[in-house]
Amino acid sequence: MSIKPEVVVMGASAGAIEAITEILSGLRERTGAPIVIVVHMPSAKDTHLATLLQNRCSRPIIEVEDKQPLERGHVYLAPPDYHVLVEDDTSLALSSEEPVNYSRPSIDVLFESAADVFSQLILGIILTGANQDGAKGLREILDVGGKALIQEPTEAHCRAMPDAAIATCPDARVMSLREISQYLNERI
Amino acid sequence: MNKKTHDIELRLLLEAIYLKYHYDFRDYSSASLKRRLALALERFDCETISQLQNRVLHNEETLPELLSYLTVQVSELFRDPPYFKALREEVIPHLRTYPSLKVWIPGCANGEEVYSMVILFREAGLEDRTIFYATDINAEALKRAEAGRYSLDRVGLFTENHRQSGGTTSLSDYYTAAYGAAIFDKSLKKRIVFSDHCLASDAVFAEVHLISCRNVLIYFRKELQDRAIGLFRNSLPRNGFLGLGAKESIRFSSHVGGFVDFNPTERIYRRRGDL
Ligand SMILES: C[S@@+](CC[C@H](N)C(=O)[O-])C[C@H]1O[C@@H](n2cnc3c(N)ncnc32)[C@H](O)[C@@H]1O
Repeated sequence: MSIKPEVVVMGASAGAIEAITEILSGLRERTGAPIVIVVHMPSAKDTHLATLLQNRCSRPIIEVEDKQPLERGHVYLAPPDYHVLVEDDTSLALSSEEPVNYSRPSIDVLFESAADVFSQLILGIILTGANQDGAKGLREILDVGGKALIQEPTEAHCRAMPDAAIATCPDARVMSLREISQYLNERI
Repeated sequence: MNKKTHDIELRLLLEAIYLKYHYDFRDYSSASLKRRLALALERFDCETISQLQNRVLHNEETLPELLSYLTVQVSELFRDPPYFKALREEVIPHLRTYPSLKVWIPGCANGEEVYSMVILFREAGLEDRTIFYATDINAEALKRAEAGRYSLDRVGLFTENHRQSGGTTSLSDYYTAAYGAAIFDKSLKKRIVFSDHCLASDAVFAEVHLISCRNVLIYFRKELQDRAIGLFRNSLPRNGFLGLGAKESIRFSSHVGGFVDFNPTERIYRRRGDL
């Protein structure tokens, strides 16, 4: 019997909205570990992603504010133009330091700091995207004993990001979006 | 790397910096500090934080540069235009009623925010009755702030931000371009006092009508945020204004009762009167 993750971190880029919508709309209501999501969005300041996703998801979706405490059954979205990091007390902290992998928020930044705090109690998920952000962070998650899922590249809108993650994490599990949703419902 | 060892080293380094140089990073958000330190290790060619500690203690030239890693200076002129628009349209009309004004920009970094504020006050006709305190703990940043020199390739963004903030003049009125840099006009500095001030260890120094402290508190743990917001509370008169960064809030602070929302979207608060 393996330990249940206490937090889920997820990253996506090009094609993110459709992929994340599919996962979130399949989730059961208000249970399970908190899910923290980083999405790369060009000019994201104008689109309110949280509102967009909330229409399709029964769990509360919250755009992260600095020092936001994590609650079970809630979904957290990185705000545009800030990195999201996990604090020692597991609250979420923001940073406006330089972009990483040309991205702010960066998936690696979230994954690495979450791995540092949650160690093996974490599940990392990499979805569709056209760059390599997250591949390093997902490796870090596996190295501290956490679990890792990667979207099946052939199914992804853009397979570069899943491919990059598979290259650094051959030991991660590769799944379709439906399977990921199911996994979250049943195992988390 | 063994996580425990890493955390111990971090604490020891911060203690060492505090004891030797009186810079207090002990209550900073550790997630961000760890990232910054990873970069610093590369720069100083150190394998462990302990090695860096040795260097900081025995080579005094290390600290100023290390400070630039431990603090984040990223900023823009009129960063988040809607915030400045709200100041312009909603806060300025209240400030106008005072014969003389003081504004405090803690964590002014390289000066982008304070120049934005002076330009905004000039456009509103309030500059001449206002003193602007621009403070930071990073001496290098304060020097750059005072120089008011920014790379010319950033000016396009600054100009667009200024326009979106409802600027009534042209940003190009305020700088001259030379050698790839935009140098902001000396006259903007007339009413600014640049000074070293630390939100973690220094006290209140003046009563001010508006505090704009953006993207500084995010680097603090809750306890230190509380200390800083306490300073703000004690620096503001009743109904004085406090503006925070776009994703900062006093919601999670113990001083939440000391303020009332003024423009919640733009994170502008007013000091509640004492009972
Ligand atoms: C990201 S910059 C903020 C720039 C600007 N206010 C903005 O929002 O664009 C953060 C600044 O806070 C300063 N800072 C960090 N710790 C501080 C402290 N304890 N007291 C005062 N300033 C501090 C840093 O040196 C840095 O210049």
